[in-house]
Amino acid sequence: MTPDLPTILTRLQATLPAAAVAHRRNPGPSGQDSLLVAPEHLVAACRFLRDTPDLDFDLLTNVTGVDWPDPAKADAVAVPVEETPPPRGGFLEVVYQLFSTSRRAGPLVLRARTEDRQTRVKIPSVVEVYRSAEFQEREIYDLFGVVFTGHPDLRRILMWDEFEDHPMRKDYVAPDDYEYEPTPHDAVLEKAKPHYPAAP
Amino acid sequence: MISDPAMPYPPSANPSPVLDDDQLLHVSLGPQHPSTHGVFRMNVVLDGETVVSLKPVFGYLHRNHEKIAEGITYLSSMPFTDRLDYICPLTNNWAYARAVETLAGIEVPERAEYIRVITGELTRLINHSAFAGFFMGDMGAWGSALMYAFRERELILDLFEELTGARMMSNFMRFGGCRSDLPEGWAARAKTLIDGFPAFLDELEKLLTGNEILLARTQDIGALPKETLINGGITGPMLRAAGVPYDLRKSRPYGIYDRFKFRVPIGEKGDCYDRFMMRFLEMRESISILQQAFEQLPEGEYINPKAKLRSFKPPVGEAYAAIECPKGELGFHLISDGTFNPFRYRIRPPSFINLTLLEDMCLGLDLADVVLILGSVDIVLGEVDR
Repeated sequence: MTPDLPTILTRLQATLPAAAVAHRRNPGPSGQDSLLVAPEHLVAACRFLRDTPDLDFDLLTNVTGVDWPDPAKADAVAVPVEETPPPRGGFLEVVYQLFSTSRRAGPLVLRARTEDRQTRVKIPSVVEVYRSAEFQEREIYDLFGVVFTGHPDLRRILMWDEFEDHPMRKDYVAPDDYEYEPTPHDAVLEKAKPHYPAAP
Repeated sequence: MISDPAMPYPPSANPSPVLDDDQLLHVSLGPQHPSTHGVFRMNVVLDGETVVSLKPVFGYLHRNHEKIAEGITYLSSMPFTDRLDYICPLTNNWAYARAVETLAGIEVPERAEYIRVITGELTRLINHSAFAGFFMGDMGAWGSALMYAFRERELILDLFEELTGARMMSNFMRFGGCRSDLPEGWAARAKTLIDGFPAFLDELEKLLTGNEILLARTQDIGALPKETLINGGITGPMLRAAGVPYDLRKSRPYGIYDRFKFRVPIGEKGDCYDRFMMRFLEMRESISILQQAFEQLPEGEYINPKAKLRSFKPPVGEAYAAIECPKGELGFHLISDGTFNPFRYRIRPPSFINLTLLEDMCLGLDLADVVLILGSVDIVLGEVDR
């Protein structure tokens, strides 16, 4: 059962500041519309959706990170319905799919966007409302570089701890040798060089 | 120790244990350890035998499947999905095919849906019977129970080999149907196998489920309240064992599951024993679904003739679709920008998310119980690390 998005939108706007939530239309045949939530109101919105008895979205199934270097593409996938978005640069996005196990309703799609892709990449963590986000937010932090404020244990999860970049970013360039790291052996090889014949 | 469902914060947010650090034993369990079902590692802190902290470490099998998928066409990702949960490749194929069909609005012919249900439920039989074998192995009964399960699994894999050309890496589903029709006489042979399957289950259950050691080791171990499990995103037999009747085949019906009469078994306590029994009960229901499917199997197309395989370009949009795979909810979230390659390809892996509450389940128990609880979660590392 697909949730009744306009009603939920009206109720969310009554609870939160009206500008915090906006309806985004899905142009594809799946018809899965979404709600764009301002990051600072995301946790309150989740809490409202979970704790209101006749909504009861108790299961956060999936959390997806998306990198949008081109904001026009993002607005083509999640088309603005009422407001005209101000011009902006690229950003990172986190998409949440909520379900209700008791009412068998869903998916309710929420999206939250960071301010840009470089430094202002913070989104509040929803782990205190939905524990299932714990590993998924760690994964998005690891692969996309979204910093989830308030996450209890924000560490890399799939890449190793010393890894520096975020490999799921669209502009990520893979190194030639993942394993390369300078070792004391390199110094020895350097010293040994003069003793070998020059390459022909 | 059971977390308070009203405060489902991770235990890692709590202050460190009261004991002096030098009294605690730090054990790195895995990644090469027979009980971790692959390359999975846990950093366990023990006070004597009692677990006071447990941090899973992932990524030993990470190949960034999601990134690879962004660089290739939609269809090219299909064989990659086989390698997610390599015990049940056919359900992985199905979940991905369903997500693309939702994204592009492709209809699936009736016969193709039946073939999908048949292969999907056979996969469930494989997974759950192998689970019983591996679970006994975690308990120390290594080998015997597993070989009983593998004997039957091999018969089903023979059917898969005949149908798809490969025992395990099937690459069988296509957008809008399946790659090929059932071979001549396949349905009859599969039906004979299924008719004999309950006898195997009876035998296995007779040997295992009443066993005193199994009861002593698994009862009241690893149970969590169901509110905590839902909040932790746990799905599949793990969640149903705790008494939540949440099965995607009923809760969010997809395909043709509304045509079959079957029950969703649920447990009571959600301990390891309930999870173990849940798999047996689900296999019995799967057999019933299979028998109905063979009875109803219609003639017709095995793939939608209008569905495009080469140069396939779905319209701009996004879609999330999931199926009830043997381990839980396997979902795919796809974002299309109207080109040949997906803009974003996200897998919702049940094994990975079912591990979220592993620490909560293990706190306060013995190290030997950790092995059992991990076994009862039923993970496959190909899917956890992706």
